[in-house]
Amino acid sequence: MTAMKLVRRKFDTLVIGAGGGGLRSAMQLAQADANVAVVSKVFPTRSHTVAAQGGMNAALANVVPDNWHWHMYDTVKGSDYLGDQDAIEYMCRAASHLVVELEHAGVPFSRLDNGKIYQRPFGGQSQDFGGAQAARTCAAADRTGHAILHSLYQQNIRAKTHFFDEYFAIDLVKDSDGYILGAVVLEIETGEPLLIEAKTTLLATGGVGQLFRTNTNAHINTGDGIAMALRAGIPVQDMEFFQFHPTGIAGKGMLITEGVRGEGGYLVNKDGERFMERYAPHAKDLASRDVVSRAIAIEVREGRGCGPNADHVMLKLEHLGAEVIKKRLPGIRDMAMTFIGVDPIEEPIPVFPTAHYTMGGIPTNRYGQVVVPLGEGAEEPIPGLYAVGECACVSVHGANRLGGNSLLDIVVFGRAAGNHIIEHLAEHRYHRQLDEGSIDQALARLARWEQSGDGESVDELRQELQRVMEEDCGVFRTEETLVQGVARVEALAERLQNVRLKDQSKVFNTARIEAFELENLMALGLATVKSALARKESRGAHSRVDYPDRDDERWMKHSLYYEDGRVDYKPVRTKPLTVDTFPPKARVY
Amino acid sequence: MSDTAVSASPRLRWQCRRGMRELDELLQTFLERGYPQLNDTQRMTFERLLTTQDNLLLEYFMGRSVPKDADTADVVAKIRHAAHP
Repeated sequence: MTAMKLVRRKFDTLVIGAGGGGLRSAMQLAQADANVAVVSKVFPTRSHTVAAQGGMNAALANVVPDNWHWHMYDTVKGSDYLGDQDAIEYMCRAASHLVVELEHAGVPFSRLDNGKIYQRPFGGQSQDFGGAQAARTCAAADRTGHAILHSLYQQNIRAKTHFFDEYFAIDLVKDSDGYILGAVVLEIETGEPLLIEAKTTLLATGGVGQLFRTNTNAHINTGDGIAMALRAGIPVQDMEFFQFHPTGIAGKGMLITEGVRGEGGYLVNKDGERFMERYAPHAKDLASRDVVSRAIAIEVREGRGCGPNADHVMLKLEHLGAEVIKKRLPGIRDMAMTFIGVDPIEEPIPVFPTAHYTMGGIPTNRYGQVVVPLGEGAEEPIPGLYAVGECACVSVHGANRLGGNSLLDIVVFGRAAGNHIIEHLAEHRYHRQLDEGSIDQALARLARWEQSGDGESVDELRQELQRVMEEDCGVFRTEETLVQGVARVEALAERLQNVRLKDQSKVFNTARIEAFELENLMALGLATVKSALARKESRGAHSRVDYPDRDDERWMKHSLYYEDGRVDYKPVRTKPLTVDTFPPKARVY
Repeated sequence: MSDTAVSASPRLRWQCRRGMRELDELLQTFLERGYPQLNDTQRMTFERLLTTQDNLLLEYFMGRSVPKDADTADVVAKIRHAAHP
């Protein structure tokens, strides 16, 4: 295939990814009469937004007094002072308006008896800048993500957004001045590439949970958009910050909520020892997530893990009794019985820390524009390119995301990007001339997987990458594990050159798609482990055993990883839009 | 009608890529362990089941609700069984 023979379509905007962030932008653009294409590798309502159960934060003050400034304080503190305070102010101010707007779009938020939107308390929420517990999370029962995704999808259908379902994005294309002008995508059904030319392109492809062996993410979360940006010469930001939950079902990843330990469940090692008493004598099993996660990892590393491979610990509930478990933890019992055939009334649940959320990603400003450093702290937007949601790093989550802020992030910045794109389209009415060389680069990526012969398998290499990332760059990080991690991921990246596909057919060749996904994972594995090695402090989710403290003087800065392996830094934006800066202080709860 | 054991097509495998880890795990295990034993009618029922929304599929697979249609309920039971036979 050559660039000349490529089938081409033209749109005002190309949105890659059909989760909540992509669909929020697409809806707005289509309603403004822009000609919008949405490319999704799976059917849109099977995007990972559907898995978000908790809810969406907004200081509506329907249950207890609240305001956006307290929400902002909690988010800055939760981010361990790595979040950009202008973007955080913008998000928290917009939240209440966007909840109402989503309700008008069809999201059935749960109600209080007085008819107002119900709000539940979540961890990390406070009134009056660190005072009493707030209740800030709006929810549509336990399926908020599902409700948002379906409502946005229906609104897009109504607004005549053009969906390319089951198309996989290969690479961005640009002109000689660096304007991003769409992407080469692959129709999974036919195996044929298609060039979608667009005046603006929005990446909304989600996170990269599949980097780690034990994770809570859908299999589709392979960081495709982040890796595409990296290949286009854009550095990726703060990739060392990955949120883990301490208790995922071992070997599977699904989350066992903290509620289990809140009800009196506790962790034991292979000797039956309640080991959290050693790590956190006071809080024990209710210590913070990072402390519990690291304790589990240490037990396993030091040979006190359970099971034939000594690779997990046990979460005991039996002592709570059948009645309490059935009444208060029915969902957890369903999960354990369904996935591992264990009834927690009779047996403990095998658990291990599970990777959950990518705080890092493609650097953007609060308009959703992708930005790159211009030297000495200044940044400039990449013309025509936007990113929102988990694939982006705006950065509202900084080093650690608060529960209920991810759905908020996608709708706030989905809308912000939509607004900015509408302005851009008004000023740029005509398609620019593509650099045909950038198309050839995308096509070369396709051609690489047409090499036949013997070689390694995609599946094996992916599993090795996930294992190495979990062992060397998971919740237990030291100079030694990270140096080893860099070497091991680099060796795997070398071996990627030797991978061959046995099946060279075109029609529905999903093995080829998995090969592209592996390339993306490998690039982001390197970005994550190299950024983690470089950051010699502990902040938020990045926890170094050998550098246990936060070091604001040296490390209150964002990391930027380039495709060539270089790690650079840029300052945190500590100046909010209208209010005073929240200066860094100890993050204690 | 042929009731011989056949593997799932790549198209069907892609339909089993969902938005939730829980569904991915159960459906992919079922494709390996349960699907080849289905007869043609059950395979069609399975394909129809895959058009169900993710949150409702999760309800079925966790045993929190049961499909009204008996054939679909039977396939759901097989999926749950395949997870840990």
